[in-house]
Amino acid sequence: MSWQLDVNPIACAGHGVCAELFPEWIELDDWGYPIVDRGDIPDELLPHARRAEAACPKLALALRREAAAVAARNGSSRR
Amino acid sequence: MSLPRLLAGVRRERPLSLAEHEQVHGPMPRVGPDLIELIADSGLRGRGGAGFPTAVKMRTVARNRGPRSVLVNAAESEPMSAKDRALLRMAPQLVLDGALAAADAVGTRSVVIAVPRDPAYPLAALEQALAERAAGRRVKLVGVPWAHLAGEESALINYLNGGPLKPTLVPPLPAERGLARRPTLVQNPETLAHIALIARHGPGWFHSIGTASHTGSALVTVSGAVRDHGVREIACGAPLAAVLDSAGGPLEPIRAVLVGGYHGVWVAAEDIDSTTLDDESLARHGGGLGAGVIVALGRSACPLQELAGTIAWMASENAGQCGPCIHGLPALAELLSLLAAGQAPRDVSQRLDRYSRNLIGRGACHLPDGAARFLGSGLDVFAPEIAQHDLRGRCSACLRPPTLRFGVHGHAHSRTAA
Repeated sequence: MSWQLDVNPIACAGHGVCAELFPEWIELDDWGYPIVDRGDIPDELLPHARRAEAACPKLALALRREAAAVAARNGSSRR
Repeated sequence: MSLPRLLAGVRRERPLSLAEHEQVHGPMPRVGPDLIELIADSGLRGRGGAGFPTAVKMRTVARNRGPRSVLVNAAESEPMSAKDRALLRMAPQLVLDGALAAADAVGTRSVVIAVPRDPAYPLAALEQALAERAAGRRVKLVGVPWAHLAGEESALINYLNGGPLKPTLVPPLPAERGLARRPTLVQNPETLAHIALIARHGPGWFHSIGTASHTGSALVTVSGAVRDHGVREIACGAPLAAVLDSAGGPLEPIRAVLVGGYHGVWVAAEDIDSTTLDDESLARHGGGLGAGVIVALGRSACPLQELAGTIAWMASENAGQCGPCIHGLPALAELLSLLAAGQAPRDVSQRLDRYSRNLIGRGACHLPDGAARFLGSGLDVFAPEIAQHDLRGRCSACLRPPTLRFGVHGHAHSRTAA
């Protein structure tokens, strides 16, 4: 079972802290909103993912273990 | 076996009464929970746009604990679609048969029908149909805003639960937690009408027309540069060219056909003859039949104006919740309008491509994905016209009234024929 990052687009206000803390996985669009890689996060990057999750001022970022929940919400994968 | 099925015996000027309806279709059997497996065998998928397997939704609702609900989503908030209102105007009893049978199947007596607050809506036909049957008393009619978002089921449920008409994050799906937090089966009127016929004639009858993967018949709303606008029933998999011909044929040479509405795709004129109206064939163009909107765009129209107007409308109707929609849709609308005026920035193609790609999978609901699909397909099919506008500025067709209607208030219902 592997970990994935999930952003709640309603809660997200585009602060962009996540992309600074975890640029390997998150880039920002033209308006500063995160574009998150939907893939499995390798173990060595997990601490960075956790830091990004914890730093979001809107608590919009969530690490999840259930691949099914992410797929159900997004319908299609981002990348 | 033959068509019409849903529209069998209908009259244009008034709805079929309960007695007439039963004469045409026979009495409605009481099937109960077994209906779900009949629907599964029929292959029926929702006719509201997303094409989700109907039986899967029914199973989820039936499996969940506690009191459940059936919500008929009759908002039909796609401006170019008129088929659900046509069905409710002419054959309301068929929709009620399906809604009540679906409620029996998932184990509830609660049925809510959400109708748009549109003065021209065929509400009287529905009220009259409810008054004709005892079970009509347990069906509740509820008015909802006449807006694009009313068709999005999580937004609709949010509104009916006392919140704003804005999508919510799923999961939980409505089938898990919907109306008044009950597991809720949300279906559009046409899907329920198919359920009523499958209950009568069985799954084998249903999939005896259509294709192996897209079974049964479907209602389509045909408009644009064809002689006879209106709602028709087709077998899924019918040739696009034949459906245009059945609408009286083209009024002028066709440039492209929009299939699937504002979340659909453009089929270029040269591809019409190789396209059939089923999801498998339309997937080759990146789309699906959706809610059955078919708009023929004539060569005298300016495709760029159509794209610009539609995206501007979507921008104005967006829920204002998710960054990608809040910023992406207005930015796309502005770029398209600059492009149409011959004032586009040098990197306009890259920006159009990037902005629309960045809508995909990034909203709480699927409306931005639909906008990206519609626009991406348009940019592809109309690349020559776009290059011409970039080079020469406005074309002679730019000032003509657009073929697509941008807004629910220009709804296609006024020109609905059976």
